[in-house]
Amino acid sequence: MTRTRKPGISRRSTLALMGAGAVTFATPWVARAQAKTIKVGMPTILSGRVAQLGTSSRNGVMLEVEKVNAAGGLAGRQIEMVIRDSKGQPQEAARVARELVNTDGCELLIDAEASSGAFAVHEVARDLGVLCIHTNSETSALTADPKQHIPNAFRTARQGVHDSIVGGSYAAAISKAKGLKKWATCAPDYAYGRDTTGEFTLYLKRFAPDVEIISESWPKLFQPDYTEVVTKILQAKPQALYSCLWGGDLTSYIDQANIYALFTQMEVFAVNMADYTALTVVKNLPKGIHSGNRYIKTYPATAENAAWGDAYKAKYNEYPTNWSWENATAIMLLAEASKKANSADGKKIAEALRGLKIKSPFGADGTVTMRAEDQTLIGYAIGWGTTIPQEPYVPEVKPGDWKTILELEAEWKKSKGYT
Amino acid sequence: MDLDTLTGCLASSACLVTQTTSGFIIGMLLFLVAVGLTLIFGVLKVVNFSHGAFYMFGAYFAMTAYQLTGSFALAMLCGAAGTALLGLIFERVFMSRVYGRDVLMQVLVCYAFVLIFDDVVRMIWGPEFKSMGMPAAFQIPPLFIAGGVVPPYYLLLIAVALVAAIVLGLGLARTRIGKVIRAAAHNPGMVSALGINTGLIYGGVFALGGMLAGLAGALAAPVRSLTPGMGFSVLIESFIVTVIGGMGSILGALIGALLIGMIRSFGSLGFPLFTEGLMYLFMVIVLVSRPTGLFGKEVA
Repeated sequence: MTRTRKPGISRRSTLALMGAGAVTFATPWVARAQAKTIKVGMPTILSGRVAQLGTSSRNGVMLEVEKVNAAGGLAGRQIEMVIRDSKGQPQEAARVARELVNTDGCELLIDAEASSGAFAVHEVARDLGVLCIHTNSETSALTADPKQHIPNAFRTARQGVHDSIVGGSYAAAISKAKGLKKWATCAPDYAYGRDTTGEFTLYLKRFAPDVEIISESWPKLFQPDYTEVVTKILQAKPQALYSCLWGGDLTSYIDQANIYALFTQMEVFAVNMADYTALTVVKNLPKGIHSGNRYIKTYPATAENAAWGDAYKAKYNEYPTNWSWENATAIMLLAEASKKANSADGKKIAEALRGLKIKSPFGADGTVTMRAEDQTLIGYAIGWGTTIPQEPYVPEVKPGDWKTILELEAEWKKSKGYT
Repeated sequence: MDLDTLTGCLASSACLVTQTTSGFIIGMLLFLVAVGLTLIFGVLKVVNFSHGAFYMFGAYFAMTAYQLTGSFALAMLCGAAGTALLGLIFERVFMSRVYGRDVLMQVLVCYAFVLIFDDVVRMIWGPEFKSMGMPAAFQIPPLFIAGGVVPPYYLLLIAVALVAAIVLGLGLARTRIGKVIRAAAHNPGMVSALGINTGLIYGGVFALGGMLAGLAGALAAPVRSLTPGMGFSVLIESFIVTVIGGMGSILGALIGALLIGMIRSFGSLGFPLFTEGLMYLFMVIVLVSRPTGLFGKEVA
């Protein structure tokens, strides 16, 4: 015999509902009782093809938040992270950011979005006036363009133009030494790929004026097959190749170029190669690919950096990414600024952040600085080296010179009409 | 546009050989996926939007088998057999319930499984991209034929796909099972009335389609990165192939896939910024001049 359930609400479920309701209504009271916590909202990408961007950002943040909370929190208030998925969609990132502040009561924002989402969250920060730290967007204009400037937004990510200056001068030095005059480029066909390639070739030609770009390829982002791009580059017979493909696209490209023996026929400069996400995945990593550093625990070669990388690996069972250190830096800076201001108030922290220099495992000289004029991070470890197929992957990194970087950056800003 | 490069290439045997093989590789992998799609449509009359998932599973099965056994042959076998089994189960349990229903219903079921299969892969293998790596046997320098570069692994890939095409074509045309399948495609009611288990045929055809897509995934695994959702872009191109070749035609799928391969390979030289567009443009031309595709039969 089967028992039939009557439709409608049973007494048991009514009671359960009432109970749930009681708990819900009681919660604000509990929250008030612990008003000492400070909520920090974090929109990021936790699903989809680049979910790794979000998870490694979250990991970087949580690793540092635990330390800050153990040491007493922000001016005595424990940090409570509220992390939400934006699915990588700008409009969703903006909505989530707004909701985090207006509905969830977050007093600070960590914007761990890719560039597309970061500009959307930036507008929310402009509107709400809440302190916001951009941790993943490397697009230079986000802080360099005065039209974007707002007093409550900061960036702890690398900046595209810094990478291009260092990459360009490194590549030019090798070009001169080895006589590499004919270059090809291969980059994903969207804003990041176009901008980064443009800036890289700008500085490459500036430092090595006789360089000539003889072939350009713009495969689609997330294209599964690069065979026609590989063979096109082989036909052009360049002496060197620049690529800013990243992640799974880069590893596909390497696997496909490998069987055409492309890496034996030219010097390859792939700015995004030296990130653990790519290094540990490629099975037959060719020796001697030139790459910029993303995050690598052996550079800067300090005990602090190695310890940080190991602690991350011990906790999350994988190596940190470029985004991990950028997000960890945001928390480190917040903690220092809050200490300096002796407050957890967004405005006071913002005031303290401007020009703040802190000790950091990721600093080129053991420190990083939040530059006051455009509120973006400088002094972080930046350099290029060549890869080997096993740890430490990039045994020797040639550091970029921050004095040169800053000079050329100022010049670049002027040329763009930003100053 | 860069017509100089294109004409320069057409005049040089080295470039011609390299680009033609490159077109063949892209085309043959696409053919394996598209032929399953077209076969399933021809016999079962459903457009299998979840077909890309079989390509994805083929790649993941192959990678796992390769990591466990270190044998490339076994990896290919697992990729193909695993997806065949998966196809059979999927058809018997789910797809068989929506035959003859509204197209929208069929599309919804397939689309649901696109999402479900992606999440299953994410749960089992994780969200981050993976790489199978090239087996040691194929880590050898490429061959030079008339000055053109041809990687040995791609020769194998083309050969396997060609064999699959021939076996499939002959099998359908010459064998008894082939006849039954063709009959079932034409008039399932009559075939069933003759005492043939059409359910078995449907399941078998779906499994075969899945197996071919899985084989494509397995063959691609050493050179393409594996991610949840990797089947999607392949599916889109397979649809273009079937539209060009004609839904339900195996020869059409072969010709269509090779055409797309050549368009990509030579188009990237002559029209680097319009390679994708060229594919769609070609599809539009075919659709306008021959709405049923190059080898599609007129619907009576």
